[in-house]
Amino acid sequence: MTEPLLSTSSLVKRFGGLVATDDVSIDVEAGEIHALIGPNGAGKTTLVGQLTGNVRPDSGTIHFDGRDITRLPTHARVRLGLARSFQITSVLRDFRAIDNVALAVQAHLGHSFRFLRDARNERALRERAWAGLKAVGLDERAGVLAAALSHGEQRQLEIAMALAGDPKLLLLDEPMAGMGAEESRDMVHFLRGLKGKRAMLLIEHDMDAVFALADRVTVLVYGRAIATGTPAEIRANAEVRQAYLGEAVA
Amino acid sequence: MRARTIVPALVLLLFAALPLLTQAFDQRYLLSVGTRIVIWSIAAVSLNMILGYGGLVSFGHAAFFGIGGYAVGILSAEGIESGWLQWPVALLAAIIWAAIVGALSLRTRGVYFIMITLAFAQLVYYLSSGLEAYGGDDGLNISRSRFGLIDLRDKASFYWLCFALLCASLWFCSRFAVSRFGNVIRGAKSNELRMTALGFPVFRYRLVAFIIAGALGGLAGILLANDGAYVSPAMMSWVKSGDLIVIVVLGGIGALYGPLWGAIAFFALEEFLQPILDLMHKGWGEYWQIVFGPMLVLVALHARGGIDSLLGRADD
Repeated sequence: MTEPLLSTSSLVKRFGGLVATDDVSIDVEAGEIHALIGPNGAGKTTLVGQLTGNVRPDSGTIHFDGRDITRLPTHARVRLGLARSFQITSVLRDFRAIDNVALAVQAHLGHSFRFLRDARNERALRERAWAGLKAVGLDERAGVLAAALSHGEQRQLEIAMALAGDPKLLLLDEPMAGMGAEESRDMVHFLRGLKGKRAMLLIEHDMDAVFALADRVTVLVYGRAIATGTPAEIRANAEVRQAYLGEAVA
Repeated sequence: MRARTIVPALVLLLFAALPLLTQAFDQRYLLSVGTRIVIWSIAAVSLNMILGYGGLVSFGHAAFFGIGGYAVGILSAEGIESGWLQWPVALLAAIIWAAIVGALSLRTRGVYFIMITLAFAQLVYYLSSGLEAYGGDDGLNISRSRFGLIDLRDKASFYWLCFALLCASLWFCSRFAVSRFGNVIRGAKSNELRMTALGFPVFRYRLVAFIIAGALGGLAGILLANDGAYVSPAMMSWVKSGDLIVIVVLGGIGALYGPLWGAIAFFALEEFLQPILDLMHKGWGEYWQIVFGPMLVLVALHARGGIDSLLGRADD
């Protein structure tokens, strides 16, 4: 058996009396889409925070690509190939779309202690930025300020930025949040196109999207991972139905 | 031609010719005003790099004036007058200071950053007042740095040296702004969380920017000390740090030539508002900032991009 790309073992995070992450051990295999679902307050955000390095776990370990990254700062994890998109859209609003992606490319192309050369003329940055925008279908909006893009377009831009570093794992924190039905469908279609090429950990509320995309699903309730399995198994799991899916998938 | 291209070119040309003009019209005093504008512009360019492009409101930038100035002053008092030795030592002192202050202050954000940079500047301010061997509160008269090639006691030569250094600072800033490094600094101003999530160790880049700005601020301090042949704690009082922020904001935050416009406006008003007010009523000149204050408020309310944005408007 090969080692999973990402794995947590017995992760625990407490905030005062609240156990936000309660002995969580999950893993993501190379190339798989693993969805993480759970009702509000289940601790999804806290778990994501520990994976990205924004929240330090009280105990337990996180391994990524054969390394213990539990104590690694955010930027170092990204450099190892763990990219993320945010639950609330986070782009550089006063940069043009193309410059947003170019910066993402720049982050992975050597260091940035270069003071004199105009980065807009660096072909290595430009070409990859263009390719990235094109991949998400935003190339026609390249020169537009990110702030002027529609919400759906900003989400696409975020994905382009996350993909720019050619990551091994994409951590997608509610990529469909705030999107219209059509935009959601486009996003699902796009993510399906990436399937098999890179691993994804998908945190999502939209059950249709989760069941359409995921190879495996983990259900988080009150900080505990109560079940992991294929979408069919999760649908059939009595405990999950009672705890969470009860109303949603009647 | 666009106003944004032609106005800076004309103004710089005018400044380049200033010693000739003041001599031709026998207005030597204007040259000393011009010298001050040029030196303060260099300091403002340096502050603009971290405040304007980086969004880091350093309220202790005058400390670099003081450190650059006192390094020259103390060496001079100890009989070391060679600029070849004084200037590198002074720059090194400013760099070390920037590294210490930056390493601690850049871990904080917003108002805490403002307070910590201010506190560090106050620290050197009181330290310099306590230097009894070097004049204490009264300051220290020094002799100007000796270079052999150029005589800094000659006002025109000194001015041209300052002007050349200003041009070099502006050139560096113009490259910095569009470089990879500048992208990281500007990006971190726009969205720090995002930049970290892209894989940039933001702190490291900011620290280097802070050190570069500190070195440039130290250079302005060296020049200021040589301009007056005098250093005193007053050159690093918190009021001077505030003046520098005012100059940057007035000129246009994050605009290449903003610091120059800001310094020109600031010193022109100081020089000319005072006599005008004094003409209206004897003694009013002292309170020129009563007029200057509301002008700042107007800029803050109506011209967010400062004086530089007026040029942009002329282009549209």
